[in-house]
Order: sequence, then C-alpha cells, then structure tokens
Amino acid sequence: MSRAEPRGRASPVDPRLLRYAAGARRHLLVAAGIGVATTLLVLVQAFAVTELVVRPFAGQTGSAALRGPLLLLAVVVACRAGLAVAGEVAAHRAAATVKSELRRGLLAHVVALGPSWLGRQRAGELATLVTRGTDALDGYFARYLPALVTAALVPAAVVAVVSTQNPLSGLIVAATLPLVPVFAVLVGMATRARTARQWHTLAALGGHFLDVVEGLPTLVVFRRAKAQAATIREVSDSHRRATMSTLRLAFLSSAVLELVATLSVALVAVSIGLRLLGGGLDLRTGLVVLVLTPEAYWPLRQVGAHFHDSVEGLAAAREVFAVLDTPLSPGGARPARPAPDLRRTTIRLQGVQVRYDRAKAALGPVEASIAPGELVGLVGPSGSGKSTLLAVLLGFLAPTAGRVVLETPDGPVDLAEVDPDDWRAQIAWVPQQPWLAPASLAENLRLARAQASDDELVEALTQAGAGPLLARLPDGLGTVLGERGAGLSAGERQRVALARAFLRRAPLVLLDEASAHLDEGTESVVAAAVRGLAGRHTVVVVAHRPALLQGVDRLVVLSAADPAAARTGAVRGERAEPAPGGGPDRGAAA
Amino acid sequence: MSSAPNPRPPGARPGDTRRPPATARPGDTRRLLATARPTARLGVGALAGAAALLAGVGLTATAAWLIARAAQAPGVLTLTVAIVAVRFFGIARPVLRYLERLLSHDAALRVLAEARARVYDRLVPLAPARLGGQRRGDLLARLVADVDSVQDLQLRILEPVAVAVLVSAGCLGLVAWLLPSAAVVLGVGLLLAGVAAPLAAGATARASEARLAGARARLSTEVVDLVRGAGDLIAMGAAPARLARIGERDLELTRIAHRAALAAGLGAGLASLAVGATVWGSALVGAGAVRSGRISGVLLAVVVLVPLAAFECLAPLPQAAVLLTRVRRSAARLFELLDATPAVHAPAAPVPLPEAPYPLLLRGVRARWTEGAPLVLDGVDLDLPPGRRVGIVGASGAGKSTLVAVLLRFLDVEAGQVSLAGVDTAELDPDELRRVVGLVADDAHIFGSTLRENLRLARPVAGDAELLAALRRAHLGGWYAGLPAGLDTWLGEGGSQLSGGECRRVALARALLANTPVLVLDEPTEGLDGQTARALVADLLDAASGRTVVLVTHRPEGLDLVEEIHQLRAGRLWPVSRREMGGGFPVGGRDR
Repeated sequence: MSRAEPRGRASPVDPRLLRYAAGARRHLLVAAGIGVATTLLVLVQAFAVTELVVRPFAGQTGSAALRGPLLLLAVVVACRAGLAVAGEVAAHRAAATVKSELRRGLLAHVVALGPSWLGRQRAGELATLVTRGTDALDGYFARYLPALVTAALVPAAVVAVVSTQNPLSGLIVAATLPLVPVFAVLVGMATRARTARQWHTLAALGGHFLDVVEGLPTLVVFRRAKAQAATIREVSDSHRRATMSTLRLAFLSSAVLELVATLSVALVAVSIGLRLLGGGLDLRTGLVVLVLTPEAYWPLRQVGAHFHDSVEGLAAAREVFAVLDTPLSPGGARPARPAPDLRRTTIRLQGVQVRYDRAKAALGPVEASIAPGELVGLVGPSGSGKSTLLAVLLGFLAPTAGRVVLETPDGPVDLAEVDPDDWRAQIAWVPQQPWLAPASLAENLRLARAQASDDELVEALTQAGAGPLLARLPDGLGTVLGERGAGLSAGERQRVALARAFLRRAPLVLLDEASAHLDEGTESVVAAAVRGLAGRHTVVVVAHRPALLQGVDRLVVLSAADPAAARTGAVRGERAEPAPGGGPDRGAAA
Repeated sequence: MSSAPNPRPPGARPGDTRRPPATARPGDTRRLLATARPTARLGVGALAGAAALLAGVGLTATAAWLIARAAQAPGVLTLTVAIVAVRFFGIARPVLRYLERLLSHDAALRVLAEARARVYDRLVPLAPARLGGQRRGDLLARLVADVDSVQDLQLRILEPVAVAVLVSAGCLGLVAWLLPSAAVVLGVGLLLAGVAAPLAAGATARASEARLAGARARLSTEVVDLVRGAGDLIAMGAAPARLARIGERDLELTRIAHRAALAAGLGAGLASLAVGATVWGSALVGAGAVRSGRISGVLLAVVVLVPLAAFECLAPLPQAAVLLTRVRRSAARLFELLDATPAVHAPAAPVPLPEAPYPLLLRGVRARWTEGAPLVLDGVDLDLPPGRRVGIVGASGAGKSTLVAVLLRFLDVEAGQVSLAGVDTAELDPDELRRVVGLVADDAHIFGSTLRENLRLARPVAGDAELLAALRRAHLGGWYAGLPAGLDTWLGEGGSQLSGGECRRVALARALLANTPVLVLDEPTEGLDGQTARALVADLLDAASGRTVVLVTHRPEGLDLVEEIHQLRAGRLWPVSRREMGGGFPVGGRDR
C-alpha cells in the first residue's frame, strides 16, 4: 500500500524503464535467452525422468539401460543449475546497472532543472530517492522479470509437447491455462474496487500509529500521552478488520490460480490413468504428460507470487521518472546561442514577471536596464522578488511574462535564446546564504576558478575583507570547513563568497546582501568590496541597509508583488537617482 | 499475492540513509518476538500451510501411483481410491492455502496491534527528550517501520520455516516408509537446499549490506551537497565536475552490487542443483531397489516424483534469511531506543500543585541532555513573575531548546532549582506542572483528525463555542470561515494542508484552550518570512495577554513586543538592551 491513491492496472514493463535505462533493454534480451534455454531443459528433464521410471518398471534395471537417461539427467541438472546461477547473476547485475543509470540520469536532470526547481525540493528526500529509492527494482529484476519471461515461454512449450504426446491432455491444459489470467484479472478488479472504496479508511487507520508517535511530544504537552495505548489497540484492531475484509477477496485471486492448476493436474492424471487402463496409451507417454503438466502452471504461479515485486519496483521507478519527465524548459530544447560579451551589453528587463502559481506573482512586472559598468542597487520590501530577479538574471528562472533583452552592439538578443552555461560564465553571484562545500577553504575558492594560484586566492580573500579570517584558520587555505560551512559565522561565509566573486573576474557581479544580522564589521567590508568591484565590473546589489546604497548609479525599487499590483498592471519602474559617486562615464542612461 | 494490500501503514518508508544501522544482536530479535506475543492463530496458520503443501505432495504421489498402477491394467476398482485421492488433494491444496494466508495474516495483524501498543507504552516516558532532536521525524518514522518488522518476522520468517520443517518431515516420512535409502538422498537434498542455500543467502546479504551502507552514505552526502549547493555550483560552472565525482561514487556502489550478484547466483544454483541431484539420486537408488525387489516399479514412480513436489516448501527460505538480517537490525534499533533512560523522573510522592498565582523562578540551573554530554545550561537564572513577557534569543546550539525542555519539565535539571509559586518543580508530578506551563512548539503536531479533535486535545470538555473563540483569538477566524466542513474539516495526514503560519496558529489556539498561566513560544516564526513572522508574534502575544510569556527565538521579529530580552550564551542568560537588537529589518519591512 503506497501513499498514492490506487491506480489502474499498470503494464508489467514500464516503457520508460527501457527508454531511460539501456541496461534494462540489454537485460530483457539476456533474460529471454535464459528463458528459452530453461524451457528446453524443462522439457528434456521430463523425458529423462520418465525414462528413469519407465525402464526399471519394464524390468530394464541394468546399468546399461539406465546409463543413458542418468547421464542425460545429470547434464540437464548441471545445466539448469548453471542457468540458475547465470540468471540470478544477470538479474542482480542488471538491477545494479539500471539503478546506477537511473541515479546518474536523475542527478544530471536535476542539475539541468536548476536551482529554482531544486529550491522547491527537500534535499534529504532527493538523496533518499537517489540512494535507496530505486532499491525496490532489485526484486523487479531478480524475481518478477525472470518469472514473466518464463511464463511467456514455458506454458506454450508444454502445451505443444503434451499435445504431441496426448492431444486430450494438451487440450485440457490449453483450455485451463487462460482461466488463470482471466480469473486473476476479475478478482483483481473486484479487489481494487473494494480497496478504492475503503482507501481512506485503510489509510487513516494504517497511518494512525505513526501519527500518534509523531505527535507524542504534543500529547505530552497536553497531558494526553498515557491515554493513547488503548486507542492504539482499538484502531489497530479496526485496521485489521478492514484489511482482512479486503484480503479475503484479494487472496481469492491466487486461490483460484492454484485451484485451476491443481485441478487440471488431477484431471489430466485421472484421464491418463483411465486411458492407460483401457490400453489406449503407454506408461511412457502418461508419465511425460504427468511430469510436464504442473510445469505449465508453475511459471504463472510464480508471476502471481512476485506480483508485489513488480508493483513496488515500478512504483519506485515511477518516482524517478516523475523527476526525469519534468521538462527542462517550456520550449524543450536547450538554447545554444553563444552569450554576447557582457562588457559591451546592456541588459534590459521588459515587463519581466515571475509567478509560481496563478494566485500570486513572485516578481514584477519590472522595467529596468543595466548598462555595462554600472552599480545598480536593488531595493524593496521582503517578498517583492529581489532574489527572484537575480535568479532571472542568472538564467535559473525564465520569466513567466515579459523578457530579458540583451542589447549588444550587433543588435538585441533575447536571454531565453542564449546558452545558459555560456551566459553564467560571465557572472559572479554572491547569494544571501552562500554554500560552502565540506572541503578545504582553497577547494571552496577554486570552485569559482579552478586554475587560480594560492597567491590569487589569498589576494581575493584580502579584497573580500577575509584576511583576518585566513589568519585565524589553523591550516590557512588548507583548513577544512565543516558541514554546511559550520565553524564560520554568517559574516565570514559571506566574505568567502565575496572572495569567490573577486576570483571569478566576471563582467557582471550579482550580490544578494544577507538580510540576517551581519555584524557592523561585515557590513562595512561588504560595502567596501562592492565599491572595489564597481570600478571594473557591472554590479547589481540587493541592499537591505543604506550603507550599500551609497554611490549607486541607479536604484531599482521593487514593491510587494501582490495580486492587486498585478491586476492594475502597474509598471514597477526604475527610479534613476543622481549618482553621487558616479564618474562622468557612468551616467544614468535610463 | 496479486494486488494484496500490504498491511504496512502508509508513510513508513523503508529507506532512511541517515541513521547508521545499529549492530544486530540476536537477543533483540527474541525480545521483539516477546513484545509481539505470538498467538495460537499463527500456529494454526502454519499447520494449514503445511497441510496445503503436503496436499500438493499427496497429489503428485497419488497421481504417479495412479498412472504407474494403471499401466499394469488392473481392474478399475483398484484405482477408485487413487482417483478419489487425486481429486481430493487437487481441491484441498488451494483451499488449505487460502485458509493459511487468511489465518496467518490475521494473526500477524493482531500481533502487530499488540506490539504497537506495548512499544507505545514504553515510548511515553521517553518523550520527547529521548526521541531525537532535529531528526525526530525521521527517527519516529523509522521506529514505526521497525515495529512493523514484527510482521515480517512472523509472516515471512517464522511461518515459512515452520512450514518447511513440517513438510520436509512429512515427505521424508513418506519416502522412508517406501524406501529408506531414497529418504537419505531426499534428506541430504533438503538440507542442502533448505539450510545451506538460505544460510549462504543470509551471509551474502549481511556482507554486501555492510559494504553497501558505507558506499551509500558517501553517495548520499555528495548528493545532499549537490542539492544544497546547486545554485552556487551551477552559477560557478562547477556542477559538471561535481556530477562526474558523484558518478565515481556511484560506480563504487555498482561494483559492490555486482560482486554480491555472484554470491546470490551461487545460492540460487545450489538450490537448483539440490532439487536435480535429489531426483537423480532417487532414480539411481530406486532402480537398484527395483532390481533387488525391495520396491515395485509402481512405487518407484512415487519415489522419483515426490522430491519434485517436496522442494516447493523451501522456496521462501533464502528470502527469509535475507529478511532476518533486516529484522535483526530493526529489533536492535528499536530496543536501543526503548532501553534509553527517561530524561524525567517523576517523584514517588508528588507535592500537590500550589494555588495561583504562579511566579516561575530559575536559579543556577544546570542541565545536559545525557550523562557525559557537555553541559548546555550552566547556571541559568530567570525570574518570571506572573504576566511578564520575556524574549530569549541565542544562536542555534546555544541551548534554547534545552531551556524550553527544562521549563516544560521534559528534562530534569542536574543542579539548581526551578520553582513554581515557591515549590520546587522536581517535587511536582510533571503532568501537574504542565497544567500551568504550556507550549507552542515550532514542530507542534497536527494530528490526522478533524479540527475539532485537534483542538479538544487540549481540553476534552470544550464545547464548539469555546473552540471557535480560541480560533478567533489565534486570528484564525477568516481561515475558519473558508473551511468547507467547519470544525469537522479533516487536518493533518490525508487532510487539508495547512501553511506554516496556519499550523502555528492552530497550535496556539490549542495552547489557549489549555489555558495555562505560563506560555512558552518556541521558535514560533521558524520558516516564515519576515512580515508574516512579525504579524504572527504580534497576534500570539495579543492572544496570550494576561499570561506569562516566554518567547524563544533566534530571529529578530517580534522582539520589540516583549518587555525584556535575554541572550543565551555560554550556558547562561545575559540581559540585552533593546537598542542592541534594533536595526537590521528589511527595507520597508517594518510597519510601525
């Protein structure tokens, strides 16, 4: 029982599994080959076993008479054991390979989907999906698929062989075999209808214990903890009764399956016995048919027994597919146009708007332009979309309305057409809460520029006001920063991120000032760093405090993006302010 | 098992990579079994299962006899009994099997109900201090899954083993009666397939699980890093290099799985070989017996064909062996948690609750979570006269949650004193203290139940009018008006989803209903944006007017609304002037 509502009958092989995992395609071929070989061996074994009974029965007990069938049976047994090993190994390896393919495909897709999509996921859940979420595929590959392949081959082969030996028995088997899936489907449908009716009851009752245990601290606060054990017994009992009423029906499916199988064997045995009695058949034929008949039903029973592996395996795969099927961009294809040189490009935002859902706009609409070399301040109340605007500039988010036009010397280009990696190669970004890898300070800095020398790292740290930090660290640049950069204060983390921005030497710097408390020291360091960058780069700074706004060439004011604003269609314009510290070459070109 | 609903509750996800697996000890599995208290039904179920499989063996044996005997062309009357027996076994097998599954599932669900109730009783004294800190949600979900493993133990381990033993004994008895030397062959084959193969499967699973655990943890860490740092990594163009590194970790995992595949294959081959070799050996021994006249050719057919049916009872055993390693770990994890010493010791003869008013005084309070752990509170003094509003701030890890735990008596103090109206709270029944001190926790649980039940938890006797009043005071009047089913609206799991702010407000309404003179607000603004956060704190304080309020937070919002602020640092409280806390609000984010 999964968390999801019960759905319609799923195909036993999800076509997406074959599409996303080449290993699954290969394995289907291997499994089919092993299935064919197994089928042949099953048939040969039946004849060999029959000879071993019939010859002594006829008085041929000498070793000469038995040597042939004994040798044949020994070879068959050895081959079947060998095939069992090969089948199991192939299945487990296929499962491992497919899981690896899915995991790597999943991660590559997740990265391609970008931070704005990732921001809405839980890191832990995604990690669980990647590491263990696909484990249910083990049972699918190791047990269900082989059973399915065998079920497709063995019954047909058995019917064919039995028919050549004794047409009546062949008819009995051929007539009863289809009853198995027919009854399975009928009972399955009835069970599903019933489960669907009871779904909410079953889910509520089944989840009760977890709910109570998770709420235990709350129960303690309200002094209700001790009273719950009786309720747990009561609810578990209701759950048992509801479950059993479903199971009584569900188990009928396999009961019918077995009844068809055993009754058919009985029917075949009795009819052969009577024919033998009448002399219309010899013992050899009778025994071959008797040995082979159960083999026709056995694979179908195996499929039924491993049905759960299929359901769980495909459910696990579907969780992965749900992510893999998330389209990368509305257009589908990845834009490939090379990015224009940002040192000679003005970025113009034309009615840019972002909304995650219909009710509320996360940003805009915004009209603004950012000319090369400008220092642009971005202000607005919490929730007005300042960080969202930076995400749009980074290409993490596509505007839901409006566009970002790059005015190059060769004419305008829409940002949506530009290769995002090429575009971001010209941007340095200092987010509100910079991420630091659990690695050395040097490794963290070199994420910004892999080939930077140690001297350059130290210089960047100094420029970012992190000189004292470097001096304090026990192993200098080699100091390993803890998980999530613990051990550094928020201000220090911001300085490391600033150093990265300096190292990156990118034409456009996007700086998202932390709204959390930065100590006074960091605040002035950041302000100084921004002024240091501003001379040589285009800088867009999200500022919460006035210190950072001194000397801006241009101020973009965002107001709260609320439905009312969107309705009136008010243009959230930019307000060019006199640039007190701006040189004559950095005029406000509004 | 086509479409049989698995009686595991939804939400109990089997995969949690973060908690290191506890070391399995065999004793724990026995204790798990004892907790479950198996019922007689389970035995009846196993008997039915064995009878079903023996009916299958009977079907093969009688059919073989029938055909071989018929070849000798005796009279029809000679065969009548065999014909009836063949038909009887053909019907008995599926019927018995159906009964077995119903009986054993019913028994397993009964056992589970009992196990859950007993585990719950043992959890109560441990809550909440011993039930994990940050990762409490994971821990408890894991715990529920671990308790559920008692079902696997019954249904997929104990019962198949019992059935296998009974059926093997039955088959051996039958063959021994016909031809003792063939019984020896069958016995060896059964031991090989029923003991050696499952043991090998179990050992392989244990070994590869242990190796996989490490590789998985390393991969998981990398993935979490990638997800958390995706923005920075992509912006710096460093994501492809990261993906390549994760690909290497992934290959490590795949290599381990490939090695384990060979071992699994050998186990399967061993089982297949055992069946084939037994048939081969039976035919050899049987032919010799026919030659020496010990058995007839008719019985030879039975001796050779019975092994084919007998081995069916061993099929679930390798799976059972693999499952056993998992159940052992579940049991070990469960008892590791349940065996923890409670963090609070209720006095044997508690002092009755004093009369109102309730000034609360902390003097030199020292506290730590477990023995040997570092002191988190080291000399905390705090005066809470009735009606006072106090803010407690501090960096994460400074001990704010510990202080809350001490105030609510989730944790006993190691030294110092907490006194309520002059009485040492250590002398009170903890539940009595919680009549006076209430809590709105950041992770207050909304139960999968109706809004009415969620609220009445705090005050079972409250009428609807009271509930509505509490909702209005928690500023949920507008929200309530939009609810389709009013107080009968289903909340929590499977119900309507509440936003973070609505959750806190429902929790507040609940706390207001409990009507405690002292109210602790623990991180009420966690996860809310600045404006929402401040509005919430303002509403919380407004609704709690007249009570003593302790606002514990690491965020600035709402601190301008309390009368005094203390900072928790180095295990002590330090007074903070409002000026130090000022500033830093987002531009335009202040509405006064």
